[in-house]
Formats: sequence, C-alpha cells, structure tokens
Amino acid sequence: MARWPRGAASPKRGEGVTTEALQAAAARPANTGHSGTLLEVQDLHIHFPTDDGLVKAVDGLTFTVDRGRTLGIVGESGSGKSVTSLGILGLHRGSSARITGEIWLDGENLVAASADRVRQLRGSKMAMIFQDPLSALHPYYTVGQQISEAYLIHNQVGKKAALQHAIDLLNRVGIPQPATRVNDYPHQFSGGMRQRAMIAMALSCDPELLIADEPTTALDVTVQAQILDLISDLQAEYGSAVIIITHDLGVVAELADDVLVMYAGRSAEYGTAEDIFGRPAHPYAWGLLGSMPRLSAARTERLMPIKGTPPSLINVPPGCPFHPRCGYTALTNGRSSTEVPELREVASGHLVACHLSASQQRQIWAEQIKVNL
Amino acid sequence: MSASVSAEQTAETVPTGTLLSVTGLTKHFPVTRGVILRHQVGAVRAVDGLDFSVTARETLGLVGESGCGKTTAGRLLTRLLEPTGGRIVFDGRDITHLRMGQMRPLRRDIQMIFQDPYSSLNPRHTVGTIVGAPYRLQHVRPENGVKRAVQELLELVGLNPEHYNRYPHEFSGGQRQRIGIARTLALRPKLIVADEPVSALDVSIQAQVLNLLEDLQDELGLTYVVIAHDLSVVRHISDRVAVMYLGKLVEMASRDQLYALPRHPYTVALMSAVPVAEPVRSEDGTRQRRERIRLTGDVPSPLNPPPACRFHTRCWKAQEICRTQEPPFVELIPGHQVACHFPENTPAS
Repeated sequence: MARWPRGAASPKRGEGVTTEALQAAAARPANTGHSGTLLEVQDLHIHFPTDDGLVKAVDGLTFTVDRGRTLGIVGESGSGKSVTSLGILGLHRGSSARITGEIWLDGENLVAASADRVRQLRGSKMAMIFQDPLSALHPYYTVGQQISEAYLIHNQVGKKAALQHAIDLLNRVGIPQPATRVNDYPHQFSGGMRQRAMIAMALSCDPELLIADEPTTALDVTVQAQILDLISDLQAEYGSAVIIITHDLGVVAELADDVLVMYAGRSAEYGTAEDIFGRPAHPYAWGLLGSMPRLSAARTERLMPIKGTPPSLINVPPGCPFHPRCGYTALTNGRSSTEVPELREVASGHLVACHLSASQQRQIWAEQIKVNL
Repeated sequence: MSASVSAEQTAETVPTGTLLSVTGLTKHFPVTRGVILRHQVGAVRAVDGLDFSVTARETLGLVGESGCGKTTAGRLLTRLLEPTGGRIVFDGRDITHLRMGQMRPLRRDIQMIFQDPYSSLNPRHTVGTIVGAPYRLQHVRPENGVKRAVQELLELVGLNPEHYNRYPHEFSGGQRQRIGIARTLALRPKLIVADEPVSALDVSIQAQVLNLLEDLQDELGLTYVVIAHDLSVVRHISDRVAVMYLGKLVEMASRDQLYALPRHPYTVALMSAVPVAEPVRSEDGTRQRRERIRLTGDVPSPLNPPPACRFHTRCWKAQEICRTQEPPFVELIPGHQVACHFPENTPAS
C-alpha cells in the first residue's frame, strides 16, 4: 500500500512527525526492517538564484518512502528529479541553492542538520548510484580504492580489510574474478561493469536509503536488464528503501512499488505503480503514456505526443504549470490558468494535482486515452 | 517516381524500386603499433559483411547494442567513411569508392540526421545559415530565394519561420532536432539515414519527432534508414527491421513478422530485455519481475570477435556447430532472413 503522510492535506505537521518516525525506527527489529517510513520529504523547495532570475527547480514537493519499498520518480528533463535527489543527499550545500522544507531521514531533519552530520549519513545511511558511471568514477584511482573509500571513512578498519570488503562487494554485484578486477582502473571496465562497480560503491556501507539517478540510461537494453535485476535482488537482500529516478516508464514499471510523477518541480501525480499505469488521472501522465512507443501492445498508427515543451523553471506558468500543454483546460472553467491545483486524493493513496474532477479524469482516461494506447 | 525511373535505366544491377542495395559491406579500422615503424597489428571489424537493400519509400530500421557497428554502417551508406570492402549501389549507381568530389552531387540525394542535436548545429551560426547551408554548398538557387526556402522548411518541420535569425542555443533539444531535420530536407533528398534521431530527446518530444518523420515521409516520399538501439522506437517507425550483432546482420524481416515471431536467439533476448510499462504483481501483492532471458556478460570486442557464430559466447542454445561453423544468413520463410543454426519459433516447435 502506498503510504502518503496523513498530513498531506495540511502540509505543516510540526514535531509530531519526528517522534512518530523515531518510535517507528526504535520499534523496528535490527537489520530486518521491512516496514515503516524511512524517508519523508515535506514541502521541499530548492531554488537557485541566477542572473536570469530565480530557478525554482523543486517547488513544494512532498513524498515518503518506506523501508523495503521502491519509489520511482518520473518526469522529463528539467522537472526537478535529479535536483531532489541531490537535495536529499545534501549535495547542494555550499552551492547557491536555497533549500526550505523538511527532509526526514529516519527521524532526522537533514535540511536543519549540520554539514558534518549530513556527511556522516551520506555514504553510510544513504547512498547514490549516479547516471553516468564513466564521469562518476575517478579515472586516476582503481575501482577497489574508490569502493573502499567510503568504507574506510565510515568504519574503523584497515586498508586491507576495506579492500577485502571491496572484493566481496564486486563479487556480489556479479563482476567476474573480483580479486584481480579490484585493482583495475575504470577505463578497463565495460559500461555495464562500471555501473556494477558504482552500485558496489553505493552499497559499501549497507545504506538504508539508496537513490539511483537514471541508473541504466547510458546502458544497452540487455545490460540494463541485468542491472535492474541486480538492483531489485539487492533490495530484497538488504531490505533498503530505493528511490529510482528515470524518464523511462518501462524501468519504473519493472522496479517501482510507488510512482511519483513530477512536472516543473512539483508532483503531478502519486500512487502505486498500478494506479499510475492502470488508472492514471493526470493529463501529464496520460501524455507520457501516450508518447511512448511500445513493444507489447498492437502498434497504434500514431503516437500521441504532449504538445509544446517543458516550461522554463524561471517563468513557471501561473496556475497549473501544465496548463499550456494540457488538452483539457476547457473543462476547468479557466481555473487551470489562475489557480494552482492542490494534491488531492482521488482514491486511497492515489493523489493527483489537477482541476479535473475525479469522474472527469476516469471518463477521459477510459474513453479517450486508454483505447488509443 | 524518379528513383524507380533511374533504377530501370540500369536494371541489370538493381531491381526496380530498389533505391539502395548493399552487398558484403565491410569496414575494418586498422589498429597500429609503433611510432616510426608503424605497423598494423589488428583490425576492429566494425562492419563485417552486410547484405541488404532498401526499397524506395520504405523505412528500414537497423537495431543493435552499442558497438555492433550500426553507426559505422550508417556512415558507410552516406559515404562519410570509405568502405574496406563490399559494394553500395544507390539509385542504380555504384558509389562504393567514389571520391569526395564525385560524391558531392550525390549528397543532394543522400542526407543524414545526426544523433545529438547539441553538437550537430554550429553554435555561431543562425538557424537561417544552418538550414540554408546545403543550398550554398550545392550552388542551388531556390525559386524564391534562400530565405524564403528556409522559412518554408522551418514551417514544414513545425518551427516558427520568424525564428530565422535565432541561434541554436535559443532552442530546446526537440526544436534543435527539428532544425537538423529541416537542413536535411533542404535539397529534397531521396534517402535519409537517421542515426539515433530521437535518443537524445525526452519521451514527449521523442513522440513529436517520430510523428514528424512519418508525416514527412508521406508528404515527400522519403526513404529512411533509421539506426537506433531502442526496439520500441524502431518498431514504431520501420517497415522492415534488421538486427545487427558484432558487425553482422543476424536477422532481417518485415516489422510485424520480426516482432511477432523473432527467430534469432539474440533478437528474442533483446526483446525480452526491454522493460514493459505494465507492472506485474503476484497474488499476495508483492512486486513481480517479468520472466526474461538473461544474457550474461557484454558484447565481445569487435577487435577479436568469436569465431563462427558470433553470438555463441552468450547464446543459451549454442552447440558445437555454433563454435565451428558460421551460420549462413538465409531466408527461413519468404521475407524473413536469419543467421542461426537453431532458430527460435520454428514452425515445428
């Protein structure tokens, strides 16, 4: 079941969250945590002042991730997916970013926490798999050195033990002859092996939260399938919470339990994978599904693209940010261009930010969209 | 149709209606050692014997993983690279070894759409200069002047003709790809080779560009060779599909035949690897993964490809004969060619 914070309707929840999350964490038996909220993002704003104006990359985002579950975040480039993930890891610190809102990781608010505390958590409690393994790996150090780095920092161990740990991890992620490959440099690895090494690096301290930012975009389909299998096997093994950020709806459908559809830094729709793929309610989600060429279904004559292009995050359209590209604005009596739609629940755990009524959404989906997919 | 007319003139080489035919096309990139005593120590066999033909007004999709030689193949077709061997016949004319000067008049007929809309447009040129460049280079004077022609092209690809004086950085990725397509269309080519035309674009923009390519084909009677790694994109746009593996074709058939009943194990594995946008859940509500064929390892290096059948190192059906004898690329059923000793989905099974 998708768990949305009960406070979604009234964003300000105050301290109650903390204690509740702490209790949930305390009640959890060690190392077998398979339930309970691990990450809770409340009304997150990440703004970047630039010469051209204020870039509102993330503008009021709220979501939760439970232990043992996978959240897929989908959206086009520039929808704020990656900025969100970097924000959770505290990687905007030191840049010009203005971050407001709350990010609760296992009872700690990362936005208010000190830089040192976030650094302690980063790599040990939360870790990230980056998109492009070639640019995320340092060409000058061996794969083994890079994997053991975080382990050395976060644990009181010697170099030898750390290297052995790296070998074990390489073995776990399916690299053949890990004992020799551990001394290789990234350029000696193929694309798929580099991504495996990246995953090994992220796993080095058994993180409870694993964020994968477009983990397979740079890879071929057969290798992509291997990596997706690996991520989901590892999740089952470690019981960690996973956030997978991607523009590929197929990848989300394969991996995610819950899906968050982002548009212009806000959430457009949130629900279980079945909700988003089986009964999507937001016109943007319809657009994404309609634009996608499919391998499975009978080929339709034409794709149904979303008209126009994603908005500039400096001048986000007033009202619903999607309204200039939406085909159903006429049904909202002009509200779409003046009023920002609130996220509201159309079914249990299924939230949509759209002015269309739930019955209109169901009707349009069934009569106009689903039949043409 | 001019394509078939000129093809008839040299009917002994090309069957009527065939715009492009390729036999035994090969490209080996030499690998050398030494500085003063430079000598060749090996070759990257990027493309190693391709045979196919493209009929006028059809779309041939060329799919494969990275490193299979599909981009090299595209560059050979447009003669941006010099083939090591084989023969390319375009519109009844052998263009395999034409020199640059001899090739120039033919560039009007063969154009290319590039993958990356960011690096394929000169940032210091305006859209007008970029799209008008083919006219200048080919000394073509459009009837109503270059500016008018360019504006018509911009309109054709769905851009505002008033953007004539803007620079590429003022456009989004999808719009840039449209600019590239407008430039491609300037000289009304017969054949367009599109190398990953949508892989750099967002899904919603991808759909716009795919629809545009289809519309233009209907409107202008274009012939496409579309090179892509995305099987769903290829399925959407192609009439016929050819699957490449390590420099060779392993399967070629009409789209519907290929996607309904793939015969080569590699094609079967590729298709099962594509993630499907429909979640599967078992009875107790836990997330299920689709059953798929797991190919192990990566594509072997084309520097030293496996002997005989090149897929045998990753194939689950491989037997002794696959390691010793290369399977011929034969027509299993009419219009469906496969290079495999033990094809899948054979009528008997």
